[in-house]
Amino acid sequence: MSDTMAPDVDAPPEPNPSTSAAAPPPAVAVVVEPNAATAGKVLRMQTAKLNFWYGPKQALYDISLAIPEKSVTAFIGPSGCGKSTYLRCLNRMNDIIPDTRVEGEVLLDGRDIYGAGTDIVDLRRQVGMVFQKSNPFPKSIFDNVAYGPRINGMYSKAELPQRVEQALRRSALWDEVKDRLNTSAMGLSGGQQQRLCIARALAVEPEVLLMDEPCSALDPIATGKVEELIYELKRDYTIVIVTHNMQQAARVSESTAFFMLGRLVEHDKTEKIFTNPGQKITEDYITGRFG
Amino acid sequence: MKKTPSRSRSADDRGFRLGTGFFALLVVLLVAAIFFELYRTSSLSLTKFGWRFWTGKTWDPVSGEFGALPFIWGTLYSSILAMLISTPIALGIAIFLSELSPRPLRTPLAFLTELLAAIPSIVYGLWGIFVLVPIVRKLELITPAWLKKVPLFSGPPLGVGMLSAALILAVMVIPFTSSVAREVLKAVPPSQREAAYALGATRWEAIQAALRYGRTGVAGAIMLGFGRAIGETMAVTMVIGNNPQVSTSLFAPQYTMAAVIANEFTEAADDLYLSALIEIGLVLFVITVIINALSRLLIWSVSREVKPRTEALALPALPLPPAPPEATA
Amino acid sequence: MRRRTRTRKALSNAVVVLCAAAVLLALVPLFFVFFYVVQQGFSSLNLDFFTKMPKPVGEAGGGMANAIVGTLVLIAIAGAIAIPVGIIAGVYLSEYGKKKFASLVRFTADILNGVPSIVIGIFAYGLAVLPVKHFSALAGGLALSFMMIPIITRTTEELLNLVPGTLREGSLALGATRSRAAFSVMVPAALPGIMTGILVALSRIAGETAPLLFTAFNNRFFSTRLDQPISSLTVQVYTYAISPYEDWHRQAWAGALVLVAVVFLFSVLARVVTRRLERMHRV
Repeated sequence: MSDTMAPDVDAPPEPNPSTSAAAPPPAVAVVVEPNAATAGKVLRMQTAKLNFWYGPKQALYDISLAIPEKSVTAFIGPSGCGKSTYLRCLNRMNDIIPDTRVEGEVLLDGRDIYGAGTDIVDLRRQVGMVFQKSNPFPKSIFDNVAYGPRINGMYSKAELPQRVEQALRRSALWDEVKDRLNTSAMGLSGGQQQRLCIARALAVEPEVLLMDEPCSALDPIATGKVEELIYELKRDYTIVIVTHNMQQAARVSESTAFFMLGRLVEHDKTEKIFTNPGQKITEDYITGRFG
Repeated sequence: MKKTPSRSRSADDRGFRLGTGFFALLVVLLVAAIFFELYRTSSLSLTKFGWRFWTGKTWDPVSGEFGALPFIWGTLYSSILAMLISTPIALGIAIFLSELSPRPLRTPLAFLTELLAAIPSIVYGLWGIFVLVPIVRKLELITPAWLKKVPLFSGPPLGVGMLSAALILAVMVIPFTSSVAREVLKAVPPSQREAAYALGATRWEAIQAALRYGRTGVAGAIMLGFGRAIGETMAVTMVIGNNPQVSTSLFAPQYTMAAVIANEFTEAADDLYLSALIEIGLVLFVITVIINALSRLLIWSVSREVKPRTEALALPALPLPPAPPEATA
Repeated sequence: MRRRTRTRKALSNAVVVLCAAAVLLALVPLFFVFFYVVQQGFSSLNLDFFTKMPKPVGEAGGGMANAIVGTLVLIAIAGAIAIPVGIIAGVYLSEYGKKKFASLVRFTADILNGVPSIVIGIFAYGLAVLPVKHFSALAGGLALSFMMIPIITRTTEELLNLVPGTLREGSLALGATRSRAAFSVMVPAALPGIMTGILVALSRIAGETAPLLFTAFNNRFFSTRLDQPISSLTVQVYTYAISPYEDWHRQAWAGALVLVAVVFLFSVLARVVTRRLERMHRV
């Protein structure tokens, strides 16, 4: 059921001209069998036969999946299917939970992030995360956004205001808060707080942005704003979004992966998943027959 | 069983509420009663000396001179010193137990720190006299002469004195502050630490984020520890030397408010003497009530931000861990 | 950025080490005290200690029989007062916990917990010694009871809150009055925990000295009369400790050992019972 893969290395894909100022990303070994969603794309992240345990209980089985760059990949599935667990493997957030075990590879730009010598701190800077419930620090708006750059020593003190503004602009929050950067972040509305968390994540200049049900705690208007934002962001960032709202997945993503009971059932172009899925069980879920 | 008609049923319920409420009221009345009783029995001294009581440096009951400044000095000096020593250790323990320690170690270590709190004050005092004081005395003996010129280290090497008192107070306060701080850290929502980790924080940086969130609670924990140190009687009086002098030296024997009451209460021959001692007790009471009230409010405010209606971060008394905010001896 | 990350990580690891060191540092005095108390006290702990009365000043031998009995009398008095008051107040807090008054009571109980025991002693002195112009066991027991009340109140409240509310509702639905529901259903359900809490509170006040110094005072002779001063283990240990007699020092250590043993035993007991209770309620 899951994408089978050959551990052998395929021919590297043709390098896409990158829009960032740096040189095009190095040719990356592809360890996952390409499909309609990923063929020909630069793959930011891949997992090869990823298995995961919470203590004795296995939560993920042999997940092999590739995330193409500068697009939105959505993870859908019924609750408890492992999509959030899988997401958290991508930036090793599960490490802070005691008694967990990982088997298999998770590659970021071709390097296994679970391998020896991985700088977890830097990994989490590169692969950012936005959580289901917004969790701003009890500090000012400015300090929230500046937190990441500060601890990572990214900019000089003089540069910070400019970078903070940039991050806030990119998360479409600047106009609403530019006059009160020094007020507490806790005074913002739920939707604003979530956009603040997005700005905070963007401020450390990640390449990949993981979003774990970012709109589930928001009202429809705020949700709309965040979805618009995601649409804008995908031009520059690789985004993975876990959502239980299928319409949302259909709206914002290019490719969608359907998870069930810890396994990857299907991963394909969003269009195809929602109109003509390959697996029956996917169709059953989409049409609301369960979950 | 006779079926009670609903009218007398609600009378029963009201009786229940008033009856149990009465006993609850007793708790409140108790605190008020303590204040009034102390105020009443110290009125002689209050009216006679007024504020001069607290600025006078000489405590000479024989000649009728009652200056209580040495006691405030001794109390504050010993307690502040004790806090300086104990707070970093207590916070270190709290952080270790709530964030860093491997799961299986957690319970036994927590139990051991609770035991520290359970040891009676008199036992600490006993150990203080026969073990700590000789050690401190040796320390004082080996202090080089040039160092002894500094007022902080001046004075004959008696062993008893401010240093011994501060050390013993520090030991007694550590488990207290740390258990309250642990509770505060537990109340910090995990999402705060997760947010820090997701931005690339190291372990210590994530802990800092949690501490910052709970900073008022941690301050409250420290204040509570301070309140406890101020009121500690037996262990202090056995090692501090009981000399009503105002001195900056760590080696000088001094006196605290609680200690002088313990020592001289039964010797107080006349009413004025007794009343003066009780006035000291009154002030001690007021100070600790204020400190306790403030720190409870601070601690409570941490959990208030999390959910609207959480049971306020009430410190469990007994036997639920952590060790209870034990009254001082 | 690589170098800075290395520093940050080194700092993080250093902090972990420091915190572990703090734990060890705190355990040092614990073992130090335990070790000394056992070492010094054990040899003096003989049958005489528990059965004999103190000898006159300067004479060797004798024991602390009267002091031990005295402590028992005092905690019995304290318990007789504090347990009913504390439990009933705790019931009130658990049943009507959301009211403003309940918050006030809780707040005051916590404050009372923090009042120095010597101040409580002065209060009891004014209440029970001054009017009759002599020390008494009753005054000592009173002082100790004031210290116990807030502890028992809070423990009772918390343990009652652990009992599922469905028990109360079920009882009320069967026609019980609130009073009956509380005292014949809720309290019995929480009883093991409450009893443990009481026992631990008793062991704690058994170790108190300051409030007894001028309430129960001390008594060289055997006495269980409520209206006379009474000896207690703690005050006796104190008296002996600050005396100049070697023999009395030995006995003081023995007394300290008894105190520590009692406290230790009850702490362990409390932990065991709490763990079992938690396990029960988790199901």
